[in-house]
Amino acid sequence: MQADGAPTKITQGARTKGGIGESTLRPDGTLKVTGEFAYSSDMWHEDMLWGQILRSTVAHAEIVSIDTGEALATPGVHAVMTYDDLPTDVTHYGLEIQDTPVLAHGKVRHHGEPVALVAADHPETARRAAAKIKVEYRELPVITDEASATAPDAVLVHENRHDLPQSQLRSTGGTPVAGHVPHPNIVHRQPIVRGDADEAARRADVIVKGEYTFGMQDQAFLGPESGLAVPEEDGGVHLYIATQWLHSDLRQIAPVLGLPEEKVRMTLAGVGGAFGGREDLSMQIHACLLALRTGKPVKIVYNRFESFFGHVHRHPAKLSYEHGATRDGKLTHMRCRIVLDGGAYASASPAVVGNASSLSVGPYAVDHVDIEALALYTNNPPCGAMRGFGAVQACFAYEAQMDKLAKKLGMDPVEFRRLNAMEQGTLMPTGQPVDSPAPVAELLRRVKAMPLPPERQWESSEGPDVRQLPGGLSNTTHGEGVVRGVGYAVGIKNVGFSEGFDDYSTARVRMEVVGGEPVATVHTAMAEVGQGGVTVHAQIARTELGVTRVTINPADTRVGSAGSTSASRQTYVTGGAVKNACELVREKVLAIGRRKFGSHHPAWATAELLLESGKVVTDGGEILADLADVLEDEAVEIEAEWRHRPTEAFDRRTGQGNGHVQYSFAAHRAVVEVDTELGLVKVVELACAQDVGKALNPLSVVGQIQGGTTQGLGMAVMEEIIVDPKTAKVRNPSFTDYLIPTILDTPTIPVDVLELADDHAPYGLRGVGEAPTLSSTPAVLAAIRDATGLELDRTPVRPEHLTGTA
Amino acid sequence: MRVNLTVNGRPQEADDVWEGESLLYVLRERLGLPGSKNACEQGECGSCTVRLDGVPVCACLVAAGQAEGREVVTVEGLADHARERSRSGCATGVRGTPLDEARAWQAEGPDAQAAEGSGLSPVQQAFIDAGAVQCGFCTPGLLVASDELLERNPDPSDADIREALSGNLCRCTGYEKIMDAVRLAAARRSEGV
Repeated sequence: MQADGAPTKITQGARTKGGIGESTLRPDGTLKVTGEFAYSSDMWHEDMLWGQILRSTVAHAEIVSIDTGEALATPGVHAVMTYDDLPTDVTHYGLEIQDTPVLAHGKVRHHGEPVALVAADHPETARRAAAKIKVEYRELPVITDEASATAPDAVLVHENRHDLPQSQLRSTGGTPVAGHVPHPNIVHRQPIVRGDADEAARRADVIVKGEYTFGMQDQAFLGPESGLAVPEEDGGVHLYIATQWLHSDLRQIAPVLGLPEEKVRMTLAGVGGAFGGREDLSMQIHACLLALRTGKPVKIVYNRFESFFGHVHRHPAKLSYEHGATRDGKLTHMRCRIVLDGGAYASASPAVVGNASSLSVGPYAVDHVDIEALALYTNNPPCGAMRGFGAVQACFAYEAQMDKLAKKLGMDPVEFRRLNAMEQGTLMPTGQPVDSPAPVAELLRRVKAMPLPPERQWESSEGPDVRQLPGGLSNTTHGEGVVRGVGYAVGIKNVGFSEGFDDYSTARVRMEVVGGEPVATVHTAMAEVGQGGVTVHAQIARTELGVTRVTINPADTRVGSAGSTSASRQTYVTGGAVKNACELVREKVLAIGRRKFGSHHPAWATAELLLESGKVVTDGGEILADLADVLEDEAVEIEAEWRHRPTEAFDRRTGQGNGHVQYSFAAHRAVVEVDTELGLVKVVELACAQDVGKALNPLSVVGQIQGGTTQGLGMAVMEEIIVDPKTAKVRNPSFTDYLIPTILDTPTIPVDVLELADDHAPYGLRGVGEAPTLSSTPAVLAAIRDATGLELDRTPVRPEHLTGTA
Repeated sequence: MRVNLTVNGRPQEADDVWEGESLLYVLRERLGLPGSKNACEQGECGSCTVRLDGVPVCACLVAAGQAEGREVVTVEGLADHARERSRSGCATGVRGTPLDEARAWQAEGPDAQAAEGSGLSPVQQAFIDAGAVQCGFCTPGLLVASDELLERNPDPSDADIREALSGNLCRCTGYEKIMDAVRLAAARRSEGV
């Protein structure tokens, strides 16, 4: 029995304490504040070894030779492995395209690519031994941008692409490439054409064009990539790991090890944040290889330097936009071209391209569009998933365009946006109708209506408080040269996996009586990465099963897949699966009750029955039985998959198709102060209004919105991985040189939560986590433009962009 | 080498310590106290913040040998530390807990904790209540830093809180709920809750 799409009722209608809609507290909170919560880097095993990865020091080179002799002879070293030591002929992995070597084979394609592995009895011994491995490189020219990638004589990053079945490949100069891309150094391309942009452009009274640059952002989750692989007696391995999707990892790990999936057991260890950076594998296979090779448990923990090389980043992008509007402020058309740098390996690039193209118009009604988005293969660091996933880059550009258009038309930027805002029923550029509330204009109205922070808020009776001024404790200004600006932005993000992906989750729910009290146990493979999914699962079980006590089992691969903790999907999809499994359990419990007590009271047969506060009650509130008496020593357990509505692929040529499940909207207002002499920015306030459909846990929802907002702030004014364009080497792999916002950089973030139900989704909820990361960045940029009068076509903004010294 | 130090009131001894090991490594890998976190190991993130003779430090930047003979308080000992502080009524120290007072208290076993209800310090409870914990990786360092702030400044302004916690990175929360938690802990303390 399996329910597709929306369950039959919004809730069973019962009210049990601690259910959905309450701000219940995290079940893992106590462990996390006492230091007892076991993160993946905290794993420890008697006799364990430490694994270390040797990474390439150059971005693009042939490997002439690798000499591991001295490393292997180092006392304390138990194993050294290279490509030649891989146990099977499956030597590559990947989320969508299996193009990533487990260890480099004959060639490295980016700075920091894994080349060899060492296991030793102390991490320092392993590090020093790795440094003794001699790798001779013959350097190759580096591909770093679209021009070098598609030049007539361009070196191919992947000389033999085989990412589509042979039937779909065509030949370009003798090199087989995926049929939908014009060049083998392009990973994926998605055009979208709807209406007639050329014809519509002739009706435009004003046309605005812009070229925008979006820097490379890092997820910068605080818990480093880490885990412990323990060899098992049956020849298998048990991996304790921080990831976003256990079953996706499993599918990629097992073939490389040459083991059936049932011999690779995976348990989720504590995850110190993710934000997309744990969708791809990092040290998983490496730890398993070393454990199986040495027969000992192997722990690998990256330090921060290595972490910058150990996961994919957010795609940097070049975006070209053209919008037209009539004199009265209605958009006529939009043309854009978005070039994303995917780096050396595909990772999630195809899906990021799908998002960037299909969401490139933003939350606006535009009938005539001509869109192209593509991702390149280059020798830059691989890029893939990060919170906002393709929608973030586009939002930065289209919101800058909205401000330019409003200015050119002499209109208020918020009013101009409201005039063109999409609403329920609007068609996406893909032709897909938006079939649930799309309160874009209302969110803008709300965020604008919030009270503004006072002017010169840094003044006090004791003089200026420099902590609230640009430059902060560096004490660079007491208000001189400081100007204020206000900016707005709004964005649209899809929720769930799109483009026809079979995006399901599995939940196992058990109900039994323990100590005279009914208890529900929820078991899923959902990766709790900090978002609070475990809190929400307990709330759903209470609401649906009328119990107070809920046990959340650790996530592992002994239960079916819960899909990825990404795409703002877990509360919707695994939450939906938990709800569905609870409903199935409830029906069974009621059937038991009818069997036992049906003859005692006619309501068992005639009334709508609910489970509430440990009892079976009628919808009229009459108590029929205690759950403890219904169940006695019987346990009811059900595991079931649950799916959201199916989606379709986008047409390769026109981009048309019902590709998305649901949309999520947020709007921001930024207030900034800029020290125009030094080019320093202080964000004074960053207000957000977001529609969440239904806030299952309001405290957690607001926490997601504030956290996402702050990552967008970082992208606006400080966060960027700098890659040397000559060498394709990363220049700032540390928290000393890659800055993320501190508590002093972060302003107050007032949040206005709107709850307009999406009837297709469980409880009417909307995925929350990503939308606030979209509009935050362009709102801050708009505020800086407002303060300074500068155009600012790139993000992040650095001081030299504000002082004219760039 | 051998390192002797007092951690959370208990004398500890670590053998076979390599001279290059940090206090953080010794705590996490040799003394079974992984609560102090390893987010950057370069003194930038504050996730490994501990008290060394009362002073908040990044344990990753303290060589293990530097901790010889000294008093360390980690997140694992925070609740006991707070209890001892309230027993002695000491909130006046300008640079954290005086040495003799740090020596005066002893960590209690897990059973004792269960017997005392939640067993959490006020700032730990406030972090849970205010929603200041998401992934939780920054939490131990922030708790140690917040506890030290409230020890020397029981009624901090928002700017004071931001300044005191500016060495502790958090990537999940946007810091708003952390501000709420510290305000809450300060308010409960002034109300005697």
